[in-house]
Amino acid sequence: MTPSPGLTRGLALLLVFLLGIWVAASGLLEQIALYRDDIAYLARQHVVLVASSGGAAILAGVPMGVWLSRPSMERHAETVMQVFNIGTTIPTLAVIALSMMVLGIGFPPAFFGLFVASLLPIVRNTYAGLLAVPAHLKEAATGMGMTRRQVLVRVEIPNALYVVFSGIRTAMAVNVGTTPLAFLIGGGGLGELIFTGIDLMDTGMLLAGAVPTAALAVAVDFLMGQAQLRLIPKGVNPLR
Amino acid sequence: MIRLEDLTKRFKTPGADIVAADRVNMEVPTGEICILLGPSGCGKTTALKMINRLIPPTSGKIYIDGRDTSGLDDIELRRNIGYVIQQIGLFPNMTVEENICVVPRLLGWDIRKARQRAAELLDLVGLDPRQFLRRYPKELSGGQQQRVGVIRALAADPPVMLMDEPFGAIDPINREIIQDEFLKMQAELKKTIMFVSHDIDEAVKMGDKIAIFRAGRIEQYDSPDMILAHPANAFVADFVGADRTLKRLRLLTAEAVATADAPVTSRSAKVADALQQMTAAGARRAVVIDGDHRPVGFVTAEEMSGAAGAVRDFAHPLPATVPLRADLRAVVSEMFAHDTMWLACTDDRGRFAGIITQPDVTAALRATYGPEKDALRRQEAP
Repeated sequence: MTPSPGLTRGLALLLVFLLGIWVAASGLLEQIALYRDDIAYLARQHVVLVASSGGAAILAGVPMGVWLSRPSMERHAETVMQVFNIGTTIPTLAVIALSMMVLGIGFPPAFFGLFVASLLPIVRNTYAGLLAVPAHLKEAATGMGMTRRQVLVRVEIPNALYVVFSGIRTAMAVNVGTTPLAFLIGGGGLGELIFTGIDLMDTGMLLAGAVPTAALAVAVDFLMGQAQLRLIPKGVNPLR
Repeated sequence: MIRLEDLTKRFKTPGADIVAADRVNMEVPTGEICILLGPSGCGKTTALKMINRLIPPTSGKIYIDGRDTSGLDDIELRRNIGYVIQQIGLFPNMTVEENICVVPRLLGWDIRKARQRAAELLDLVGLDPRQFLRRYPKELSGGQQQRVGVIRALAADPPVMLMDEPFGAIDPINREIIQDEFLKMQAELKKTIMFVSHDIDEAVKMGDKIAIFRAGRIEQYDSPDMILAHPANAFVADFVGADRTLKRLRLLTAEAVATADAPVTSRSAKVADALQQMTAAGARRAVVIDGDHRPVGFVTAEEMSGAAGAVRDFAHPLPATVPLRADLRAVVSEMFAHDTMWLACTDDRGRFAGIITQPDVTAALRATYGPEKDALRRQEAP
């Protein structure tokens, strides 16, 4: 017999509650609380990094994907996508290290490294999503007298939106997960607490970085999921 | 009116050029449906798509209502031509209402006027606007989607429509229903329609004219009856099928063939009176009708000759009756089913309206084979 959802949820809540008791009893909570000011300051840095690099990746990646999907780019698009695919295989840590080589330390290389890491899934999904729009829809739209721009904005993009959003969601997950590494090149963020905590074998400090990072990742993914559910028109949204 | 003049399309491929349409000349009069018919790859779809320039013609001219369309902008031209495709092509991201309003909005109609039009059109094809306007295409059945596809093309009331196998993807039962609905609509709207099909039965049913294509050329452009009765060559004869004469049965209704002034009598009439009536009309049988003029039986001259009494003593029941509006295929089917040489016809209210005999039917089929029509055809032929 499979457990009912109510029972599963009850068990999960109980587990969280017990974990809380354990954390409180072991004194970890006080240890984490010691870093309250650091958490607030670094979390802000962290969020700025995620938002700016992720936002820039969306702003650059979607138009790039659209551009690659245009018939005039047909011959070159696959070559460009291959370059992007090779880019994806380079580990993000390596991308960050390489961008430090060029841009020095601090915010700019961190921003750039994260931007590049999140760009790829967005471009790829936008491109693939637009190509997957059935040819007969484009034919109907053109035959009814839409201009190329109208076909793109009213038919192609709305019908590719779900795939585009999935790319953005993946990109943001990669972005949030990679941002702690920004500390390694002087970009700041919650990685500072995590890496320092590891070096000093200070569990409290480590958790003071790790727990907010994890919470942020969950929150971003939740937000992206909600956006995907609500912003995509009902007719082309498999979620509703 | 649509007129094509020397319309030609060559596709350049490595190796050889392919001629998809080779100097196509034809004219579709205003308010008629012209079916472009032929096997796949014969150039019928290419010819159609050159009209709204989804495929740019290599050479030749297209006139719509007397105007040369080559001077018009692509976008402007397309917005004034209704276009229906086999895959329907409803936009899944838009509601039914938004889909229907696409062209009116492109033409700059007021949103309220466009919406009102959408509701009217849904009503026209028997879909309740309150129920369907807000639905998305995926929430509609195939038949409903195609109805919406057709009315979307009609939304801005274009004088000309292009339909590329519009009913090809619908199951046979629904296809018949939608075809009938469409013909009823067309009888009122009188659009000038080019309609691509590969189904001879559909072509005969829907078309005022049929153009049969092969390898980019028109083999024959004629009325369905002429195509079936006088195929121009072996290819056309082969394409329309060995049963082409039977197909012609669908083109005529019982009304066109039936003898309306057949003698009638009533059950209580005297045999002598009935016989006299039949002799006067030169008929060997009379239909017995009731007080409401409904056919209830028949009597024959042989059985009654020399007898006395009332008609009711000699009356036989009728095996079947057919409505005047039935096509000859249904009539012949009834005749074969009941193994009879003739049937009584009834009007919409079930009253007797004449009789139809097997010789009448064969005479009707023979009609276009007559000498004067043949001569006429020879004059028209190039």
